[in-house]
Amino acid sequence: MGLTLTEKVLLKHSLSGKLEDFIYAKVDFCFGNDITAPLAVKTFKQAGFNSVFNPRRIGFICDHFLPARDLNAANNVKFLKEFSKKFGIQNFFDINNCGVEHVFLLERGFIRPGNLVVGADSHTCTFGAMGCASFGVGSTDLAVALKEGRVWLKVPKTVRFIYKGKLNKWVFGKDLILSTIGRIGVDGALYKVMEFAGPVINKISMEDRLTMTNMAVEAGAKTGIIEPDDKTFEYLKSHRSQVSGQRKKQDLKSDKDAKYEDVIEIDVNKMEPQVACPHLPSNVKSVSALKGVKLNQVFIGSCTNGRISDLRVAAKLLRKKKIRKSLRAIVSPATPDIYKQAEKEGLLKTFLEAGCVLCPPTCGPCLGGHAGILDKGEVAIATTNRNFVGRMGHPESFVYLANAAVAAASAIKGRIAHPEEVV
Amino acid sequence: MVIKGKVYKFGDDINTDDIIAAKYLDSQDSKFLGSCCMENIDPLFVKKIKKGDIIVAGKNFGCGSSREHAPLAIKGCGISLVVAKSFARIFYRNSINIGLPILTFKDTEKINNQDLLKVDLRKGEILNLTKKEKCFCEKFPLFMQEIINSNGLINWVKLNESKT
Repeated sequence: MGLTLTEKVLLKHSLSGKLEDFIYAKVDFCFGNDITAPLAVKTFKQAGFNSVFNPRRIGFICDHFLPARDLNAANNVKFLKEFSKKFGIQNFFDINNCGVEHVFLLERGFIRPGNLVVGADSHTCTFGAMGCASFGVGSTDLAVALKEGRVWLKVPKTVRFIYKGKLNKWVFGKDLILSTIGRIGVDGALYKVMEFAGPVINKISMEDRLTMTNMAVEAGAKTGIIEPDDKTFEYLKSHRSQVSGQRKKQDLKSDKDAKYEDVIEIDVNKMEPQVACPHLPSNVKSVSALKGVKLNQVFIGSCTNGRISDLRVAAKLLRKKKIRKSLRAIVSPATPDIYKQAEKEGLLKTFLEAGCVLCPPTCGPCLGGHAGILDKGEVAIATTNRNFVGRMGHPESFVYLANAAVAAASAIKGRIAHPEEVV
Repeated sequence: MVIKGKVYKFGDDINTDDIIAAKYLDSQDSKFLGSCCMENIDPLFVKKIKKGDIIVAGKNFGCGSSREHAPLAIKGCGISLVVAKSFARIFYRNSINIGLPILTFKDTEKINNQDLLKVDLRKGEILNLTKKEKCFCEKFPLFMQEIINSNGLINWVKLNESKT
């Protein structure tokens, strides 16, 4: 019996050398942020642990409440900094050298195909687009990983999603994953791996693929994964490399006779840009059905769609145009490198001239942390990943999720709009 | 361990933003987190419950973020057990890791709000004292039982260390 790519990676990391229902596995890299890591460090200390398994394979990325929104946020960063110093953890990233973790870590070369990665953040599944087994875990899991470099895992079943057809203009990775979540529901892949494949996946960019695996957790999945190809290795070449673990490309494929829980084919030919309506990522409609929805705020950024390709498509639509005066539009490039690149390409100038406000790299607005909170009754469209009750602020505010082109077009119109309406 | 408490019912897909809003995540104090538990969807929740009460919910309880602050908040406000049709995976492992009792039970509609339950965790047996009904939950896999019986992941790791 053949193995799926996820099973192959887990088998390679299983300490028993076997794939049982549950395995104890060696991690190549583990990380947490300024919300989850302080709790992990407190648990670590309370447990009486006094060493870490390998300081180079640990990362602390301060991205959620940064730049420090208040004293508690500042204190958590200081706490992590002191811990990092004590244990020689050099990969501690404060705001002077940091970005949204799931974009930043890849950019800095900490993630390689074939790796086993655990992060105390649910969107750790993003890295699956690089062909690694990458799982979101909790703070206690992280505390144990810091100490032992190990994690307990249930070996998951895999569902293969095959995308076929020709993508329409303005349809991106975001629309593929939203439409998939709309089809299977927010627990449609509970405990399972979503393996994305097929001619459409081969064709789309690495950044679109990362958007798709990023939102696998929104269908309840343990992670998303995509077999690495030439594009993957090209993308890796363009970034720094920190850790080994890259295997031969040939090894990083699911076997032809691998066992899948299910295989689902999705025809993209008629797909329009998709929008998830309040208050679940599965509440998905085509953009044309939502043109009456008036907006108070637009947010472009996050680990889902804060990459350079997102900023490029948004700027293309906003060039020589103004956003509607009735709303505010916030743009947050996900990392300093993306920020610099956007500056170089003139995108930031376009955003500013259109009337958008620029925000430093942060998770803040996405989770209602800071830098863009919604008040009662306010409505936002965001390129983020969750639209739960109160996600971006007041429990009676409303969040719609979409790709960056739809967000930019909507900023111009002051209501949810199809990009075609503004070109 | 046997738990006795009144039921507080919730629906499907209760997410981690419902359980504890992100704005409170700069705290690691379970008592404080507990005082804000379920604030977005039921602002009076923490006032209404008594120590030892039991949450009974529908499918996919705890979906969303990896924040361990969510099970900590539930523990911190005095809830003794969460019974749900199914759990989101990170919430599930976090609960087991920190020793918040959880049980998977497919027929949660058989239990009403305010029912009084007596639950034997080890047997996975729910005795509904209000309805005088007995039912059984899904058994945990052996590996998880080990962690649960060690009262969480940290103790399990320490026990295993001392064995080797």
